[in-house]
Amino acid sequence: MTHAVALERVYCDYGAVKAVDGVELAIAAGEFFTLLGPSGSGKTTCLRMIGGFALPTAGRVLIEGRDLTDAPPYARPVNTVFQDYALFPHMNVRDNVAYGLMVRGVPREGRERRAAAMLELVRLPGVGGRRPSELSGGQRQRVALARALINEPRVLLLDEPLGALDLKLREQMQAELKALQRRLGITFLFVTHDQHEALSMSDRVGVMNRGRLEQVGTPREIYDSPATRFVAEFVGAANLLEGDAARRFADGAECALLRPERIRLGAENGARVGGIVADSQYFGSFVRLRVQVEAMTLAVDLGAAAGAPPPSGARVNLHWDASAIHCLGVGAAGGA
Amino acid sequence: MTAMALEGAPRSLRLRVSDTLYRRRALLVLLLLVPPLLWVGVVYVGSLLALLANSFFGLDHFSGQVVREFTLTNFAELGSGANLDVVARTVAMALAVTLACVALALPVAYYMARYASGATRAALYIAIMLPLWSSYLVRLYAWKLLLAKEGAISWLLAKLHLSWVLEALLATPVIGGHSLSFSPLGTFIVFVYLWLPFMILPIQAALERVPASLIEASSDLGARPAGTFWRVVFPLAVPGIAAGAIFTFSLTLGDYIVPGVIGDSSMFIGQVVSLQQGTAGNIPFAAALSLVPIVVIALFLWGAKRLGAFDAL
Repeated sequence: MTHAVALERVYCDYGAVKAVDGVELAIAAGEFFTLLGPSGSGKTTCLRMIGGFALPTAGRVLIEGRDLTDAPPYARPVNTVFQDYALFPHMNVRDNVAYGLMVRGVPREGRERRAAAMLELVRLPGVGGRRPSELSGGQRQRVALARALINEPRVLLLDEPLGALDLKLREQMQAELKALQRRLGITFLFVTHDQHEALSMSDRVGVMNRGRLEQVGTPREIYDSPATRFVAEFVGAANLLEGDAARRFADGAECALLRPERIRLGAENGARVGGIVADSQYFGSFVRLRVQVEAMTLAVDLGAAAGAPPPSGARVNLHWDASAIHCLGVGAAGGA
Repeated sequence: MTAMALEGAPRSLRLRVSDTLYRRRALLVLLLLVPPLLWVGVVYVGSLLALLANSFFGLDHFSGQVVREFTLTNFAELGSGANLDVVARTVAMALAVTLACVALALPVAYYMARYASGATRAALYIAIMLPLWSSYLVRLYAWKLLLAKEGAISWLLAKLHLSWVLEALLATPVIGGHSLSFSPLGTFIVFVYLWLPFMILPIQAALERVPASLIEASSDLGARPAGTFWRVVFPLAVPGIAAGAIFTFSLTLGDYIVPGVIGDSSMFIGQVVSLQQGTAGNIPFAAALSLVPIVVIALFLWGAKRLGAFDAL
């Protein structure tokens, strides 16, 4: 079966720095795939190798089964939405959107009609005559999207496109991007360092760290069953149980994950363990307690339904289901 | 309100002046602009107006005295064959020098703006500015030696068995001559050398403001390198090119030393102005002739604006 994008044992070095260190990745056609990782993890370099802006030191880049490892950007059936939008300041919005058609020699009338339709698609009709500098950040982002989609790419690459938007606008764009992707059926490869974005939009997520792909899976797999310690800590809040604690609560595993929201407060009777509330942090929809349990500190998230949180210094009893414990394998030592 | 709150507390004079200027922006602007306005308004515009006025005066050819009566004879004289030749030669040279400077400056400016980093860029800045630190006359006479018939350039070409190229160039009508230092080609080479820094720096400044992602976006959308250059890089460099062209164009139009040292003995506007106001003492005609570069530059700017050179500003 042909994948929309495949990276085969891809390496990319910048001098002594291994930006991408042996990544193996296959993205299915029509998939919304997200590369998630901290800055410097190599996710943007992966995207740039697919777009043709960076050349791998070793390995192959296949797009729809064709080896395009060394092909220049203009010869690839992919388009990119850039982090800074990269709109041409000397052209109006219409000419920006129609640029991809213009360089392919589509006559003016045809490309203006298509550009208007694309602006309609990103819900930005009637701004064609304006300059990019006259638009708001959110509008520029939509123009960049329309411009990247006008060539009907097989794969759309999105490099942290929502990073510059404020929270409300970002959430709205997340929903719109997802809806657009479903409607067009184009493969989306999305790069972000924002775990919420990754979990809420993607069909599958690849978590990157130090140039390596640590885990690939559905958002639920990534969150509930992280493969490595790095993934467990990077995606969501995590209590990592190690040593004595792991032996006691996780049937002797070396390292286990217990998410803060899986812990409940309850009666002393039947409690897994007791502790003292060290402090609490208010997040609006939940309160995060830090509970001192013998030598370790556990984060406990209490939703609004749990009632008023106990004050600092109070003694609490912690409960959780056996299924809340996720053992991290022996090979889980990798990562920071 | 503020005054009430501060009452009682002794306010220093400096603070009061600072507050007054902060509240009355117009006063601040006025204070800032008075010295330059005096300079530009009185000295600069004043002398331009005096120039304009002089161009309408006549000359008594017997006494050599300026006659302060309105006449258009100077402008009629501008239309004579010899003077038109001078104007056409100077404008053509200015255009050729400007175009050559653009062609030479673009790659250097592009490299500086996009690729050179840290030390390389500083070294390039110095290399470009360095000639401006030494006297223009010294450099001019150095070129005279380089371009002479027995000079370094013809020696080098002879060693490379390329003397025939030089001879063919010098045999070309209009640009050729006895040797490089006695040909319009030599004048052109020296002008390009002298004014090149004034073209590189503005283009570099314009290109520096172009993010690399624009070039990537163009390529991403299917444009080949040549297409990206003409559709993205060049249009964004145009404000810099226009600024540089104003320098190279007007500096060439007004220069009267270079063509006197290097070139055949045909005259440029600056030389004629210099002769008329100095040797001939015909200040009214010199004034009329020196209005020509002003008009040409004005036309040039108007044309550049019409072509959208300043749209990307």
